[in-house]
This record gives sequence, structure tokens and C-alpha cells, in this order.
Amino acid sequence: MNPLTLIWNFLSRTYHRLGSPREFYQISRYTTPVFGFLFLSLSIAGSYLGLFVAPADYQQGDSYRIIFVHVPAAWLSLFIYVVMACAGAIGLIWRMKMAFVVAICSAPIGAAFTALALITGSIWGKPIWGTWWVWDARLTSELILLFLYFGVMALYYAFEERRTAERAMALLAVVGVVIVPIIHYSVEWWSSLHQGATVFREGGPAMPPSMLTPLLLMALGLTFFYGYALFLRAQNMVLSNERKSQWVRELIEQSTIDKNKGES
Amino acid sequence: MNWPEFFDMGGYAFHVWTSWGLTLAVILWIFISSKVSNAKIRRDIQRQLNRDKKVDNS
Repeated sequence: MNPLTLIWNFLSRTYHRLGSPREFYQISRYTTPVFGFLFLSLSIAGSYLGLFVAPADYQQGDSYRIIFVHVPAAWLSLFIYVVMACAGAIGLIWRMKMAFVVAICSAPIGAAFTALALITGSIWGKPIWGTWWVWDARLTSELILLFLYFGVMALYYAFEERRTAERAMALLAVVGVVIVPIIHYSVEWWSSLHQGATVFREGGPAMPPSMLTPLLLMALGLTFFYGYALFLRAQNMVLSNERKSQWVRELIEQSTIDKNKGES
Repeated sequence: MNWPEFFDMGGYAFHVWTSWGLTLAVILWIFISSKVSNAKIRRDIQRQLNRDKKVDNS
């Protein structure tokens, strides 16, 4: 068989498996421990290198070590939004139930990391810029991102009927994705106190490997944390949405039996 | 390794440790809230199952 056909068959099978809440639940039982393990190992290694091994910056001293949590949080605030918008679009176009679940479960995680990026940035800004906050393009657009996450969540919980809620939430998520390139290019388009891109820039990262390695480890580790938390939350939502179905009833019945066995 | 010097972070102890601490807090909060709501959903479904059984028996 032609390799392209094989790949296509594999992708469409995976898509259909992920589309069914029951199959999604089965798959997530394997992905959550893997993601959790990758998150812990990468972020512990990154923290060690970032706090103990990386040298102090020649201008900012040790205060720059905030970068190892600030940049991953900011990266996740954008990455999670893009995942949420793509999932929302897939849900709207192909009526895929699980895509909506992925989108709505991403929103609180994304909001938390956006708030974290804003707060850690503010704490870093005080000693280096001399101010907690300025209304410049980068900071303001990131704040709008936080409100978009709140809007997506509020819209979902504002509707009684789940299908209406899912469509409304997904629509706002898709329309709001325009903020992502604005945030990324804000430091080029407008003058700002915020520094320009350090990692994703023309000519490669402008950082020595001793600082770049922990930064990338932390960013990757926290991205796996997002995957881990997303699957945990999606599992909860699947259980709650499908509580009337036979397979969820059997699953809960079985886990109660296992738990009682463990206790006796 | 000189620990007091390490914790002082070159005079930026407040800034560095607050940022890292908040990051840890966000991770723990997301993790714990997910686990708590999982336990709650499972308990609710089990309760419903028990109620259904009672109805069947009577």
C-alpha cells in the first residue's frame, strides 16, 4: 500500500478514536502518566540548571532568573490559546464533541498561566524598569488575552443548554485568536519597555547555552504539564457529560469495587 | 555551596522567590482542583447508581 494512504488511514482512525468520549477516556489513561512524568523530569532538571548552574546576568544580576518561569508562562498563555481556538474551530466545523471538551478544559489553565505571566512580569519589571506596570502594547495586549480567557469561560457557563454553550464559547475562542500575533509582534510594532524576542527571532536565540537550556527545559516541561492537566480535566468533563451512559456506570461501579477491596 | 547567599539571590530574593513560588502555586492549584473535582464527580455518579439500585429493588 502507498505510504500516504497508510498515514491517512492512521490519522483518520486516531481522529475518530479521539472523537469518541469513551475512546478518549481510554487513551487519556495512558497519556496522563506519560505527560506527568515528562513534566516532572524536565521541570526539575530545568529548575536545577536555572537556579544553581546558570550564571548571573552581567546587567541584571540574579533578578533575571525570573525569566525561567516568566517566559514559559507567557509562551503557554499563547500556546494554550491557539490550541483552544483550533479545538473550537474543529468542534464548530466537524461537530466533534471532544474538541469542545478540549477547548473548554484549556481555558482555565490558559487563564492561570496568563495571570502568572502578567504577575511575574510585573515583579520583574519593578527592579529593572522601576515600575510594576506600564500601559504599553505588550502588557496591554497580554491583559486583553486574560480577559478573552475569562470571556470564553463566562460564555460557556452562561448557557443552560450545553450545545449552545459549546458553540458560543468556541466562536469567541476562534475570533479572539487574532490577539496572538498582536501579542507576539507587539514589541516590534510599537515601542515598549518590554525587550524584544530572545528565543524565536531571526538569527537564532540571543542567549548563551547555559541560560537557554534551562529556559527551554522549563518551557517544554510546563507545556507537558498543560497536556497533563488538560487530560485530567477532560476526563472529568467526559465522566460528567456521559454520566448516563452504560460505560461510565460500569467504570464507576468497578472502581468502587476495587477501592472497597483495597480497604478491606 | 553557600546557602544564605543562594537564598539572597544577589539582593533580589523577594522578586525571584515570589515569582517561582507563584508558579509552583499555580501548578499545585491546577493539579489539586482537577483531582478534587474528579473525586466529586465519581462520588456523585456512585450516589446516583446507589439510588437507581434502590428504585429497582423496591
